[in-house]
Amino acid sequence: METMITTDLNEIKQKYNEAAAHIFKRIVVCAGTGCIANGALAVHKALEKAIEDAGMQLFTEVVLDRHDCREIQITGSGCQGFCAQGPLVNILPDETMYVKVKPEDAAEIVEKSILHTEVIDRLMYVNPVTGEHNKGQLDIPFYKRQNRLVLGECGHVDPENIREYIAHSGYQAAFKAYTQMADVEICEEIIASGLRGRGGGGFPTGRKWQLTRVEQSEKKYVICNGDEGDPGAFMDRSLMEGNPHRVLEGMMIAARAIGADEAYVYVRLEYPLAVKRMRKAIEDAMDAGVLGENVFGSGQNMHIHVMEGAGAFVCGEETALMASIEGKRGMPMPKPPFPAQKGLFGKPTVINNVETLAAVPLIIRNGASWFNQYGTVGSKGTKTFALTGHVANTGLIEVPFGTTLREIVYNIGGGVTDDDGKVTGEGFKAVQIGGPSGGCLTEEDLDLPLDYDNLIAKGAMVGSGGLVVMNKQSCMVQIARFFMNFTQSESCGKCVPCREGTKQMLALLDDIIEGRATMETFELLEEVGKVVKLASLCGLGKTAPSPVLSTIVKFKDEYLEHINDKRCRTNNCKALRSISIDAEKCIGCTACARKCPVGAISGEKKQLHVIDPEVCTKCGVCFEVCKFDAVLGFN
Amino acid sequence: MITEPNKNLRQFQQVIEIIERNNHDRARLIPILQQIQDAYRFLPPQVLTYVATALDMPVAEVYGVATFYAHFSLEAKGKYVVKVCDGTACHVKGSSKLLDALYKKLRLNPEKHTTDDMMFTIEAVSCLGACGLAPVMVVNEKVYGEVNSKRCDEIINAIVELESQPEAVNE
Repeated sequence: METMITTDLNEIKQKYNEAAAHIFKRIVVCAGTGCIANGALAVHKALEKAIEDAGMQLFTEVVLDRHDCREIQITGSGCQGFCAQGPLVNILPDETMYVKVKPEDAAEIVEKSILHTEVIDRLMYVNPVTGEHNKGQLDIPFYKRQNRLVLGECGHVDPENIREYIAHSGYQAAFKAYTQMADVEICEEIIASGLRGRGGGGFPTGRKWQLTRVEQSEKKYVICNGDEGDPGAFMDRSLMEGNPHRVLEGMMIAARAIGADEAYVYVRLEYPLAVKRMRKAIEDAMDAGVLGENVFGSGQNMHIHVMEGAGAFVCGEETALMASIEGKRGMPMPKPPFPAQKGLFGKPTVINNVETLAAVPLIIRNGASWFNQYGTVGSKGTKTFALTGHVANTGLIEVPFGTTLREIVYNIGGGVTDDDGKVTGEGFKAVQIGGPSGGCLTEEDLDLPLDYDNLIAKGAMVGSGGLVVMNKQSCMVQIARFFMNFTQSESCGKCVPCREGTKQMLALLDDIIEGRATMETFELLEEVGKVVKLASLCGLGKTAPSPVLSTIVKFKDEYLEHINDKRCRTNNCKALRSISIDAEKCIGCTACARKCPVGAISGEKKQLHVIDPEVCTKCGVCFEVCKFDAVLGFN
Repeated sequence: MITEPNKNLRQFQQVIEIIERNNHDRARLIPILQQIQDAYRFLPPQVLTYVATALDMPVAEVYGVATFYAHFSLEAKGKYVVKVCDGTACHVKGSSKLLDALYKKLRLNPEKHTTDDMMFTIEAVSCLGACGLAPVMVVNEKVYGEVNSKRCDEIINAIVELESQPEAVNE
């Protein structure tokens, strides 16, 4: 296999860009998981057909030595981030972006926007608040207000084409690291950049590398942690799907910095597309001579393997993840020894999150001072967040550390929605950040600059970056129970505080939700939570009580209402619902009484019906069958 | 337990091939079990014993790994595995209602996951990472976003109809 030297990278880049300059139109159809689910592949096919029907030449890949005019390129891309509006079709160089495109729109798009420069009004993004139509990424607020550095090429390049990555200066940083920088220089550059781990812990990446670099061992490993198990987070998935080569390049640089020649990418099995794209990227990089023996003529080798997880949240914890790669049950080990000393197969190992590694090539290419101009004093650079829940623009975003929640929820996210998906002026209740390890932020935190340290001070954490917006219809006790249920079932069972503690906490929360709780329950819940936090072995257990403890602080009133008044203000807690029939609306049609499975409803025809609370099981059948919205207590 | 192992199960040829492809490497136990599950749709107990012997490790260890990870199933699954995402985003957007509707429609419950005709298995799974489309449901590999009870009904009905056609091609 031929070794790629610098001129090759530059030559590919130059030739590609020359050829690309002759492209008449480039159509980028988002092929992230979200858009595919909404039918992006059918849109892609329909567009191809429409272009051919129009008699235009069509190709899917830039051909380096061909410079014909009026050619159209159509390509799939990784996640463009605006998942709620998919399938997304981006037309370049016009910078026109169409949202919610259907296959039947293809002919019109080709006729008006490909052959000509007309913009189709009905396919444009409409701002739900102002009603304004936006043309594309340059003026849609969701994009305009972001700083997409790590996600930079995501959604622009074809993730399955290594040449497109190289044309965007890809692998230049790896080349620099392997041929022009000493290992210690790389570590120092990363330390100077202020990059901290994006997987949740926030440990300085350069220091982690330095600690591993100084270990004496003929074998070392790099692991890329793509076991993104936090519910509500999909940043790593999008990066692996959208720009797999950037992740590989980051791994190469990490390997060069610590002196490793072998690496693993551990990907969740729930992410089949990410697995496929990472595998293809590795094959292509091997074929291109970027990976393999004698990387860039440096005399060093580099091999990367993909390891598919098997469905265990705890494997996101680094020692558990390594056990899993070794073919064992994914149970964490006490630290020390740290992976830097004794990691995978007992060898010194660096383990970094996907997003951390994807930031590395940018730092090496542009310098530490370029990177650390973004962010706050203690948290440098940008962070990607998965913005979901009751917010208009759900999707993947990237903003500098220090951005406020208000900016994210209202300006980028487009505001809070009600249960029908309509944007409402009020209605914001909380944002859950950091998943099962994190906590809630409320209205008073809207202007807090988000960074590692501010969030810890608020009892939350950056975590991997899931931001779930909740409106006033969300019951916070239920949210706490949801996360507790999650960590309880994902607890590996190795240490007692986590195994037993999470189970007890869940039972106490159930007591509250089902109306059996007293103040003693509440105090015990808090006490057990503190013990689990202090005494658990690994990060899973140590942070498992956070969603509960944080909601206890922020929403104490709501807990007390459940306990003392046996009332849930959002009506989400089934056992606490008080069901009744509206005397004004009931016309006595008898539909509810006939359908009630327990015979709890009585009343004569054309007379007001009444529910017997002693018999009622609160199943909701009456609510479903009533055509007059007369059954109260379920909304 | 499997009462009547089908013919396929008695033939370990596929298992042998999978183990050989993985160089009898114990560290590759998880990929081996994944590939076996892909071939058989679950991990029959006899096969676990066979794998342990072939890799020269205790059956308990293989069993330990097979039961630790949620992906591995020691029970046969239906032809269509319906996964309902119960990640945070899906949860706040009503995934539990969706799950209830599915249980009701297929006459299943949290204890009984697979229909008697071995057609459907329902699983509530942790986040599938398609949170922008919450609530999400996945049937085998196909992802459906923004699913409500009505849409879910349509999806299941379409499968039932497809399967009831005599010329339905079996995978």
